Amino acid sequence: MRALRVVGDVSHLPDYGFGPAALGWWGTLGFILIEGMAFVLGIGALFYLLPLQPAWPPASRPPDLLWGTLFTVVVVLSEIPNVLAGRAAKARDARGVRIGLLVAVFVGFLLAVIRGFEFGALNERWDHNAYGSIIWALMLMHTVHVATDVYDTCVLAALAFARPLDGRRFSDVEDNAAYWHFVLVTWLVLYALIYWLPRMLGHG
Amino acid sequence: MRPAPWIAVVALPLAGCAGVQSALDPAGDEAATIGDIWHLMLGVCGFMFALTMLFLAWAIVRGRRAREADAEARHEPALSLALHGWIALVVAGLAVLAIASFLVDRRLLAPATDVLRVRVTGMQWWWRVEYPSDDPGRTLVTANELHLPVDRTSEIELRTEDVIHSLWIPNLAGKLDLVPGRVNTLRVTPRRIGGFRGQCAEFCGLDHAWMALDVRVESADAFEAWRQRHLAPAKPPLSAGEREGAQLFVQKPCVMCHAIRGSDAAASTGPDLTHFASRATLGAGARPLTREALAMWLADPNRIKPGVHMPAVPMTAAERDRLVDYLMSLE
Amino acid sequence: MSSDHYAPTIQPAELADVEARLARTWADPPGFLGWLMTVDHKRIGRRYIVTAMVFFVLGGLLALAMRTQLARPESGLMGPDRYNQLFSMHGSTMMFLFAVPVMEAVAVYIVPLMAGTRNISFPRLNAFSYWIYLCGGVTIFVAFLLDIGPEAGWFAYVPLSSSAYSPGKRTDFWAQLITFTEVAALAVAVELVATILKQRAPGMTLGRMPLFLWAMLVTSFMVIFAMPAVMLASSFLISDRLVGTQFFNVAEGGDALLWQHLFWFFGHPEVYIIFIPALGMISTIVATFSRRPVFAYPYMVLALIATGFLAFGLWVHHMFATGLPHLGNSFYTAASITIALPSAVQIFAWIATIWSGRPRFATPLLFVIGFLAIFVLGGLTGVMVASVPLDLQLHDTYFVVAHFHYVLIGGAVFPLFGAFYYWFPKITGRLLDETLGKWNFWLFFVGFNVTFFPMHYLGLIGMPRRVYTYPPGLGWDLWNLVATIGAYLIAISALLFVFNVIRSLRSGARAGDDPWQAPDLEWATSSPPPPHNFTYLPIVQSAEPLWHSDEIPVVRGATGDKREVLLTSAVEAAPGIRWQMPEPSLWPLVSALALTVLFIWSVFSPWGVVWGAIPVAIALTFWFWPSKSEQSE
Repeated sequence: MRALRVVGDVSHLPDYGFGPAALGWWGTLGFILIEGMAFVLGIGALFYLLPLQPAWPPASRPPDLLWGTLFTVVVVLSEIPNVLAGRAAKARDARGVRIGLLVAVFVGFLLAVIRGFEFGALNERWDHNAYGSIIWALMLMHTVHVATDVYDTCVLAALAFARPLDGRRFSDVEDNAAYWHFVLVTWLVLYALIYWLPRMLGHG
Repeated sequence: MRPAPWIAVVALPLAGCAGVQSALDPAGDEAATIGDIWHLMLGVCGFMFALTMLFLAWAIVRGRRAREADAEARHEPALSLALHGWIALVVAGLAVLAIASFLVDRRLLAPATDVLRVRVTGMQWWWRVEYPSDDPGRTLVTANELHLPVDRTSEIELRTEDVIHSLWIPNLAGKLDLVPGRVNTLRVTPRRIGGFRGQCAEFCGLDHAWMALDVRVESADAFEAWRQRHLAPAKPPLSAGEREGAQLFVQKPCVMCHAIRGSDAAASTGPDLTHFASRATLGAGARPLTREALAMWLADPNRIKPGVHMPAVPMTAAERDRLVDYLMSLE
Repeated sequence: MSSDHYAPTIQPAELADVEARLARTWADPPGFLGWLMTVDHKRIGRRYIVTAMVFFVLGGLLALAMRTQLARPESGLMGPDRYNQLFSMHGSTMMFLFAVPVMEAVAVYIVPLMAGTRNISFPRLNAFSYWIYLCGGVTIFVAFLLDIGPEAGWFAYVPLSSSAYSPGKRTDFWAQLITFTEVAALAVAVELVATILKQRAPGMTLGRMPLFLWAMLVTSFMVIFAMPAVMLASSFLISDRLVGTQFFNVAEGGDALLWQHLFWFFGHPEVYIIFIPALGMISTIVATFSRRPVFAYPYMVLALIATGFLAFGLWVHHMFATGLPHLGNSFYTAASITIALPSAVQIFAWIATIWSGRPRFATPLLFVIGFLAIFVLGGLTGVMVASVPLDLQLHDTYFVVAHFHYVLIGGAVFPLFGAFYYWFPKITGRLLDETLGKWNFWLFFVGFNVTFFPMHYLGLIGMPRRVYTYPPGLGWDLWNLVATIGAYLIAISALLFVFNVIRSLRSGARAGDDPWQAPDLEWATSSPPPPHNFTYLPIVQSAEPLWHSDEIPVVRGATGDKREVLLTSAVEAAPGIRWQMPEPSLWPLVSALALTVLFIWSVFSPWGVVWGAIPVAIALTFWFWPSKSEQSE
């Protein structure tokens, strides 16, 4: 066994952090990269299939604007409690975090209901043609992300109330807020592609 | 030294080189052009491999003789120079090969004149071959055989009715896939008269291994003669056995899938049998065509080509004999 | 990091006390329960490696069966249905259950040690990754034994793999195998990125990071960006088959080539995902056994990164025969030829390292030499198939079979065996026998070439891939027989390896901490390492820490009653946070079992995804719910 020579002491270092200083952030980043790549490829598949159809949509009206736009408005507004919860977490403000998470949970359930109506207003079945298949696929992919993040928010909210918040929990809340940004941004892109691209291509 | 055994030792291992399904024995412009780049690649890559292995051998030999003191002489500047030289050599080599590849590719795409149009449709597990004509009554339809005139470019339009297949006649050209929803065009310009074998080269299910194509390159006159013979309707049955066989053919399920022009059979689900007996093989290369093979096939096609879509049609041995008589008369 | 008020030397009493406390803190529960609950990267890494090697043997047996069928024309040993399942299982097993997992498994074991930390970044996720991988492998083999194994090849082109031409559940199980193994691989990839960027020993800047860590970092990013493509493709396929979507159905606006694009966008990076870790292993072995650092370190790092990027730009070279526009094809020729350059640089650097070092030709270095000969040949045939016109002759023939076995076996399996001989002493505390090792190597080298070299010729003289038999008289008979003989030689060499392992585990020479006088940190601790890896966390002051000085500089702290590791900054490796690691738990296993139920259920019904998600969500919640002892500040 080689001789050891002590050159320092790390006992005084903090045991939590925010953002890239902490490990949890990297897990969230990894997840965002993976799911983001899946969306990029799904969108690529959409644009691959588009020129192969006689029209876009080929056999139906584009999805109705009402529910999709309502979802978009609510999800953009949801950034408010999301950002507030994230800021409260960084400031170690337990009360702010609890309120922010509760509002986020409520908004999450609201979004789930709206999303349900959206599926009913897509105006094409997933098994009629490739157009139907790809827009259902993209909608389902996004819905899974919304569902998992809402569930994650519920668990964090339960934790926030069940016991005192420590540094690691505050860090988790901030990571969760970052993931919600991803859910929002991917939706904005999909909203444009699913609801507006057909109308821009002259189908309106 | 007796030449015979010596030649056998060399010839046997290389038996396929000058074969009927060999890319190493080009019999057409496209395969020959590709052969050119093959030789260039072999030379350049072979040289780079030898160079690398020599360097490795040198390193091993030198390493065995290295002593403690040698470790201090790090040789970094010399190695650095050698590395940059190596990079330059590799870049040059890769550039030569890439450019040669592009030039060959363009040569293969150069437009051709006086093109013969052929249409091949792939199905599990056979080839429908058609020679379209402006007059629909003069479109030649056959199966599993392709006749081409020598010294003339043919463009083969490739389609599939089910899964992806790939038509490959290595002596003549590279392969091209048959993809649903697409029409790909394979160009061949044969330069040698003879017989070659093509085979499906994209895994297409159970009998992928038995989806071969009999390719005959003929002089312009021989080709035209073949074409005229094949445009003609089937030879009418002459002997009693053949006549009985012809009747059985339209009474039994055969007529549901096969066509024999000049008779009442006109379905196109299965191969056209108008000039069946003029073919060299049965079942797209599954067996050489003989009476015995045909009898076995009719009794149960699955025993020769497991999974084939043709069912075993119930018939007595006598009925089978008559059908064989009839089918073998369709030259 | 405080550098005042510390005592520079460690008294024996302090050392004993710290070791005892760490052993208690990092202990797993005893017995079988502990085996199920462990989150120790070494225990998980070992079982991951063993499981992957079991799949290697199974895949090899499948290949032996195939080669036995092909030894003679129309041999009649088996019909097409059996053969098609064999080659589909062989490819799927080797690619999804062996090649990627084994590389990740070695990394799971070695990376935290080489980086100087106590555990991998997400230990429970690591355990979960193993369990879901095991469940996936077991599922597909059970399906195979029940005659519902895959039959459409390891890349399952549509329309052949659609429900019209592949009825039943065979292809669905194949597609779900992908889901199982991709989840496992993605999990490990995220863990490795976090470990390599955040848990390196203080002072191990990116510029001092060992090439094996660079290789695993590049590989992990490639996994993250490539695997979603195959998950999307396989999901689209299951969905077409199960609920009638039309992604690949031309009649309803879909396209058969969409499958190929999505699959190969993953499939080409996949082979580099297998190959790049091996490049890291080669660098490690070459440095240690040449007794000098690898020549041209910056070029080596750039070569790894360039290969990683370029690998994503090549995929269309698998589709040259499909009739895509020629101009596009030419771009992919250029890219496919270009990727040879970074590999060529690395080959030069390794040979130059041996040339200018004082090499010891132990078994690990023999496998490196074998790699050099075989991989270079395979890489050169790769340049050949990169050319569109030449590829149109060689594509889908035995020439390609030869090519990819040369690059995969030469480029990945030979380095892997070298790595086994190299790291076996660290993992087990015993050395593998050198004489047996040399026999192992030579039998493998000769057997490999006897099997696969003739296949170049077979392809050129017309033999296509995936044929269950062939007619006599085409000139293929002799070389098929020769190839089969070679396959049996490979099998003997594998048996020899297994024998060597078993014997050495029982009575091999004891290894000690550092039997090879190697430069990297994993050799600074005992063989095998204790659960906590290092008693005191090391810091590094050079790229070859153990060659730099005889003493190991360490820090005090992170040695207490909590499971702590040190997080450092991504580039400069400056210490930042003492991060608490999770305790052993059964929830990763339970989650994997719940997810397995979801995956298998969804082969039969889309509602499996919905209802199956509930137990998964519950298990995940228990997994992440922090215990009282895991409070931070």
